[in-house]
Amino acid sequence: MYTPHTPDEIQAMLAAIGVPSLEALSSVPPGLEIKDKLGLPPALAESDAYAHIKALAERNGAARMISFLGAGAYRHYQPPAVPWFAMRSEFLTAYTPYQAEASQGSLQAIFEWQTYICLLTGMDVSNASLYDGATALVEGVIMALHAKARHRVIISRGVHPLYRAVLDTYAAGMGIEIIELPVGSDGLTDFSVLGSTPPQADCVVVQTPNFFGNIENTAAAAELARAADALTISVTAEALSLALLKTPRELGADIAVGEAQSFGLPVGYGGPYVGFIASTKEHVRRLPGRLVGETTDVDGRRAFVLTLQGREQHIRRELATSNICTNQALCALIATVYLATVGSKGLRAIASANVERARQLAQAVSAIPGFSIAHSSPFFNEFCLRTPSPAEDIAARLRERGILAGLPLSRFYPELTNMLLLCATELTTTEDIRLLTAELAKEHSRAVAAV
Amino acid sequence: MPQPADRKYTKEHEWVKFDGNNAVVGITEYAQSSLGDIVYVELPKPGSKVERSKPIGVVESVKAVSDIYAPVSGTVTEVNSAVEDDPAKVNVDPFGDGWLVKLTLAGAPDGDGLLEATAYDELVNSLSH
Amino acid sequence: MPLLLFERGAAGRGNDFVAAAPPVERHLDRALLRDELPLPDLAEIEVARHYTELSSRNFSVDRNFYPLGSCTMKYNPKLNEAVAAFSGFSDLHPFAPDEGAQGALRVLWDMQSMLTSLFGMTAFSLMPAAGAHGEITAMLMAKKHFKQIGESERATCLVPDTAHGTNPASASMVGYRVISIPSNARGRIDVAALKSKLDGSTAVCMMTNPNTLGLFEDDIIEITRAVHAAGGLMYYDGANANAIVGLTRPGDMGFDLLHLNLHKTFSVPHGGGGPGSGPVGANAKMAKYLPQPLVQRKADGSFALDFDQPDSIGPVRMFWSHFLAIVRAYAYIIVHGEDGLRRNSQLAVLNANYVRERVKDVLAVPYADFCRHEFVCSAETLKKETGVRALDIAKGLLDAGIHAPTMYWPHVVPECLMIEPTETETKETLDHFAATIHALVRQAYEDPASMQQLPLKTPVRRVDEAQVGRLANKAVGLRWRPPAAETK
Repeated sequence: MYTPHTPDEIQAMLAAIGVPSLEALSSVPPGLEIKDKLGLPPALAESDAYAHIKALAERNGAARMISFLGAGAYRHYQPPAVPWFAMRSEFLTAYTPYQAEASQGSLQAIFEWQTYICLLTGMDVSNASLYDGATALVEGVIMALHAKARHRVIISRGVHPLYRAVLDTYAAGMGIEIIELPVGSDGLTDFSVLGSTPPQADCVVVQTPNFFGNIENTAAAAELARAADALTISVTAEALSLALLKTPRELGADIAVGEAQSFGLPVGYGGPYVGFIASTKEHVRRLPGRLVGETTDVDGRRAFVLTLQGREQHIRRELATSNICTNQALCALIATVYLATVGSKGLRAIASANVERARQLAQAVSAIPGFSIAHSSPFFNEFCLRTPSPAEDIAARLRERGILAGLPLSRFYPELTNMLLLCATELTTTEDIRLLTAELAKEHSRAVAAV
Repeated sequence: MPQPADRKYTKEHEWVKFDGNNAVVGITEYAQSSLGDIVYVELPKPGSKVERSKPIGVVESVKAVSDIYAPVSGTVTEVNSAVEDDPAKVNVDPFGDGWLVKLTLAGAPDGDGLLEATAYDELVNSLSH
Repeated sequence: MPLLLFERGAAGRGNDFVAAAPPVERHLDRALLRDELPLPDLAEIEVARHYTELSSRNFSVDRNFYPLGSCTMKYNPKLNEAVAAFSGFSDLHPFAPDEGAQGALRVLWDMQSMLTSLFGMTAFSLMPAAGAHGEITAMLMAKKHFKQIGESERATCLVPDTAHGTNPASASMVGYRVISIPSNARGRIDVAALKSKLDGSTAVCMMTNPNTLGLFEDDIIEITRAVHAAGGLMYYDGANANAIVGLTRPGDMGFDLLHLNLHKTFSVPHGGGGPGSGPVGANAKMAKYLPQPLVQRKADGSFALDFDQPDSIGPVRMFWSHFLAIVRAYAYIIVHGEDGLRRNSQLAVLNANYVRERVKDVLAVPYADFCRHEFVCSAETLKKETGVRALDIAKGLLDAGIHAPTMYWPHVVPECLMIEPTETETKETLDHFAATIHALVRQAYEDPASMQQLPLKTPVRRVDEAQVGRLANKAVGLRWRPPAAETK
C-alpha cells in the first residue's frame, strides 16, 4: 500500500484532531453515501497486477508485426539515452514550474525545447508545448481568429483527416466556417479553386508533407493567404521532415504547428504525443499556454521563469488566450533529449535514411504488376500506392500474415478505394521490404485470377 | 500621499485631467502599486471613440491584468507610445510621464461620477486598511 | 551554472544512429531543401552531464513534499512506470486493427467501466489529454445538446468565485458568458445568489465538490435540482476527486458531466507539467455526445473502437487517448480495488485535517468546519503585523526542501495558502511541515526583513519577472539566439 499510516498513527492523528474515527471524519451528507458495492474487481497484489497487465500487453499482436504504417504516428528509433535521462524521477515527478527557484531543471529544458522548435521551423517564438498536432492546429486557428476576427478558415484536404476532424469539433462549438481546398490527381492541394478574389479569412492552412506524403507548395498557400488577407498556417505531422525541408518560415508561414512524436516518443497506441506551435514575433501575445523566458535572479545568476502569464487561464480566466493548463511537458522533454542526443548530424542522417528507405520501398512495390505509385510529386517518407483491388482487402489479408501494409485511404477518402498510404523509416529493413513485396505480388496474382 | 488636486478620479483608479475640450487619462499611484511591476500596456487606437465606464485598454503586470476604463466619453487623439515601449514608466511616474491616453471630449467637461482628489484620497485610505 | 545545449557541443559530435544513406539531393530537388540545420551536435557524455545536472536543479515528489492544494501531488508508484513501458503497448500503432490491439482495448474498456462505476455516470470518454481539455469537451457537448433540443439561446455559465481559472476560460472558448457566484461566510457557494442567476439563458453550472476551499458543498442536491429545474446542466470539475473516491459519487449528486485528472487523483506523474489525462464522464442524457471513438464490447466478447456515434461532438484529439497515461492509472486502480481507493480518500482527508490542526494557531484558518482533502489558511494577520506575506512563507519553505503550497487562490481569502498533503505522506513529514511553518512564522515576527531574502539555498533565488515580462512582450528572451556575427 502506498499509504504509510500505521493503526497507532491513525489513532494519534484522530486524537489530535478530536474526531473518533476515519468514517466520522470523511462522512458525507445523508443520501450521498455509496450504499452498494461498485463492482470493481478485488484488489490485486502488486506481482499479480504486473502479470495481469503484462498479459494484456502481449495480447497486442499488431505491436509485433512488420509495419508500414505512418499516417500521423511514426515508428522511429529511440536511442536508449533518451528515456534514460528524460524519465529521471526529478523530471517525471516534478510539478509545473510555477516556483522558479525549485524548477530550474524543468524550466531550462522547456526553454531549450522552445529554441529547438524555433530553429526547426524558422520562427521567432514557440510555446512550451500543446497536447498534440491536431489541437495545435486548433490553437493556431484560434490565434489567427484573434488576429483577424473573421471566423473563417481555408484548409487543404491534404491536412491529416484526424486533424481536420478535431478542428471541425471545435469549429462547430466556436462558430467558425471551414472552406476546404481539394487535392488534385497529383496528390497536391489545388490553391486556385477560390480564384483571384477568395473570401477574406482568418487563415489558410496547409500541411507539408501532406497526408498523402507529398511535399506541398507552401508558397502558393501564402499567396492565397495574401489574397484572402489571412495568416498562413503550416502544419507538420512528421516532424523529422523539418530536418531536411525548407522551413515553414522560409516558405511564408506566419504560424507553424505540428506534432513532434517523431522525436523519440513511442507510437504508444496514440498517446501521449506532443504538439508544438511557433510564430513570427508579432503574434507572441496570442500564443496559447506556457512560455518560458530567460532572466536573472537577485544575485545576477541566469535563471528561467514562466512569463507572460497574464495571457493564461489562471490570471486572465475568461479572457485567456486558451484554457490550456497542463500541457505535455515530459513529452517535450523526451523530444528535446532526443534532439540533443542525435544532434544536427544525427537528425539529418536519420532523415536521409528515411528518404532512402522510402525510395527503396517505392521502387520495389511499384515494380509489381498491377501496383503503381499514385503521384509523381516529391515525398519524404510516405507515398500512396495504387492497388489492383480494394486496398482494405489487401491490407486485411496481409495482416493475417503479420504485415501492416500501410493505411487504406478509403478509411478517410471514400473515393480512394484502391490506394494504400505506405511509410518507410530508418527502421524499415531490406527484409521487411522483400516480405511486403512478396505478399503484394501474391495479391496481384489473386487480382488477375479473379478477372 | 495626497492625490494631485489638478485632476479628477474614478473608483477604478483612473485619473483624468481636463484642459478645455481635451482630457488626459492615466492610472493612479495606488493602481500601479497594487499591480506591481508593469510589463505591458495595451492602448486604444488614435481616432477610436471611447465611452465612459467602458474598457479601453489593459495594463498587465507580472501577476495581474487590469482593464483601463474610460472616465469620460470622447475620441482618442493620442496615446503614449513611450509607455508602450517602456511600461515601467507607469510605475515610476503614473501621474506624469506615465500618462496613457489623450482625448477630445464628446460633451462638456463633465464631473459626473468622478471623484475630487480628497474623496479619492479617502477611498484609497479606506482600501489600505 | 549550467550552460544551454546550444552553448555546448561541436560540429560532428554524436553517435552513428543509422547506417549511412546517400545524400538526399539524389532524390529531392535542392530547391525543396533547407540550407542548414543549426542544431548543436553533442557527444553522448555531454547529453548525460547536461540532463543529470538539470535534474539536480528540480524539486520532485520523489525528493520533496508538495503540499499543493488542488494538485494532489501524491506518490507515483513505480509499478505504473514498469507496465506503461511494455513493448506491447509502446510499439502499438494507433491505426493497428482492432483484432491486433485486444489487450490495449481491454485496458481502455476496463477503465471506461471502472470509472463509470466509481463516479456514478453512464459512460466515459478517455480521449481528453488533460483536465482543461476535458472541460472544453464537456462545454462542446453541452453546446451541442442545447442546439439539438432547440435551446441554443442558453449561453451563460455559472461558476463559483472560488473556481479554478480553467473553468471560465473553457466556458468562454465556446462563447458562454461567465457569471461568477459568490461564496458565503461558511465557505460554500451562496445558494440564494446562485438561484437568483438561474433563468432561460442558463446553460451550465460548473462546480467542484469539495470546493477549492476544501469544503464539502452540503447543499449540492438542492443546487443540482435548482439548475435542472431551470433547464441547465451541472458540470463537475474533478480536480478535487481525491476527497471522494469510494465515498460518494458526482452522478449521485446530480451532475450530468464531469472530468477527472488522472495525473492528480489516479497517481499518474505530473511530468513537470504534463502529460496528463482528463477523461470525461456523462450521464444517460449526455452520453451520446461524448467524443468518438469510445471502446465497445461486441457480441462475440471482443473489443473495438466504435466510430458509429451519430450524436458525438466528434474527436477532440488526433488519436484515441493518452494511452500510456491510462495504463498507469489502470495499474493504480487494480492494485487498490474500491476498498483501497476509499481508504486512500479517507487518509487524504485525515492528513489534511491533521496538518490544519497543527498550523491553525499560527496561520489563521478562516472556516471552522473540518476540511476534506485540502484546506486554506491565511497570512493576512502576519502581513498586517509584520509585512511578511504568504509569498515569503512559501519561499522559506523552499529552503527547507518543501515545495510551496498553492498561493493567492481562491481570491476570496487574502494572503491565501491552500494546503493538500495527500494520503501518501508519513506523519513524520506532516509534523516536519508543521514545525517548519511555526519556525517561519516565528522568524517573520523576529526578523521580518530577512524573510524577503528567502530562499537562500535553492539553485537560483528570487527571479526578476518584470524584466523578462517586458522583453517577452517584444518576443525577446523566449529562446536562445546565436551570438550576432562579427562585422568586418
